[in-house]
Amino acid sequence: MNQFNYLHPASTDQAVSSASSDGSKFIAGGTTLVDLMKLYVENPSTLVDVNDLPLAQVESLPNGGLRVGAMVRNSDLAFHPTVKEKYAVLSEALLSGASPQLRNMATTGGNLLQRTRCPYFRDVTAGPCNKRNPGTGCSAIDGFNRTMAILGTSDHCIATHPSDMDVAMTALEALIFIEGPKGKRSVPINDFYKLPGDTPHIENVLEPGELITHVEIPPAISTKQHYLKLRDRASYEFALASAAVVARVEGGHIHSVRIAMGGVGTRPWRAHEAEAVLTGKPATPAHFQAAAEAALRGAKPHTENAFKVELAKRCVIRALKVATA
Amino acid sequence: MSDCRIQLTINGQQTSVEAPPMKRLLDVLREDLDLTGTKEGCGEGECGSCSVRMNGELVNSCMVPILQAHGAHIETVESLAIDAELHPLQKAFLECGGAQCGICTPGMLMAATHLIAHNPNPSLEQIREGLAGNLCRCTGFIKIFDSVITAAAMEGSRTHAR
Repeated sequence: MNQFNYLHPASTDQAVSSASSDGSKFIAGGTTLVDLMKLYVENPSTLVDVNDLPLAQVESLPNGGLRVGAMVRNSDLAFHPTVKEKYAVLSEALLSGASPQLRNMATTGGNLLQRTRCPYFRDVTAGPCNKRNPGTGCSAIDGFNRTMAILGTSDHCIATHPSDMDVAMTALEALIFIEGPKGKRSVPINDFYKLPGDTPHIENVLEPGELITHVEIPPAISTKQHYLKLRDRASYEFALASAAVVARVEGGHIHSVRIAMGGVGTRPWRAHEAEAVLTGKPATPAHFQAAAEAALRGAKPHTENAFKVELAKRCVIRALKVATA
Repeated sequence: MSDCRIQLTINGQQTSVEAPPMKRLLDVLREDLDLTGTKEGCGEGECGSCSVRMNGELVNSCMVPILQAHGAHIETVESLAIDAELHPLQKAFLECGGAQCGICTPGMLMAATHLIAHNPNPSLEQIREGLAGNLCRCTGFIKIFDSVITAAAMEGSRTHAR
């Protein structure tokens, strides 16, 4: 690991002003960053530790929604009574990710910024990677790509977004609150992540020095929810395909539905086309099938991951079936 | 960056160490405090061999920069036995063949201790989930699950403490 400065600010203002210099990074739970620093993928010159900032609260909002501080640990959020009761899809997604040890450290803000598990990104000796070294090329496109993305890819990057939490947050239409050198702003999660295009190293809309302070999740009253994750092992493995469903069903008809997919996209993947197919329709297997076809219509598999197209369809169908049962 | 002074409580004893801020809790335990019970497996948060409890939560000590442990209460595998009297979990691991090469064992014991502290009578499913962050390459896990079930039924599996 390289040498770096370490700062320990006590307020959000201080944190933001200390992190605006080039080469500085915020550190929260460290479950991604410490790992990548040990691999020399990340080499920050300054670490700004945000663990002492007052951002670890979960609060109910007057509109029935929930405000989640950026420093709330994944395990605390998963087991929070309100989350278990009203946002089951989020609790299920969190508990399907990583291991108990990692969930105890990983934070809400950190998870929103989780980096890909693409082996070429994580290994500095493995050859070119446009995400790690912009402009050098993508080793995965003609390499080992079984776990790579089939949606949102470009000729420059096919790395899969690894998070489970962010998929549930996408289906719940969370709003991300940010504080930075130019002030405060909020961004809907669906506008937060960028497609790789020809700049795969830019993964989201955060500007230098900007810090995620909290997330607001709108109320999801009278909805049925489910998160389904399919993977190589039953536990402690990243998704090959996953689906988060938040649906309002009335008299056997789908009044409204939001579907997001994980394990298949270069970002948490909102399936608007599938939602359009289902809205107002009876909750039947034929409509679930049509929705799944719509969700994967734009899929572009590579040499080793064509299986993900069918797997993701079946994942969406089963998640819809369980959620609307 | 220069060393910093870190105060922490290890297995009930207050102590302080001087270490580089990003030195891993794992290395501080093993090298500075001679607590070599905690093992390094993968060093990247995958295998759980280095599991300890920090402020009552189970964490991978290879992923905790020592600065983040300032003021923390840490419990390692050395906290389990009281002098020569093994913890019920340790007895059960011996009895049921839950330990083979021994590298995963301290982490398994800490994860199992943590599990039983929260859930005195875990089901097999709950044991599988509770130990999901701990990999064993020898036993095939079944004997480890048997050990936890056996320990949970023993007197003092939750109360055994200094």
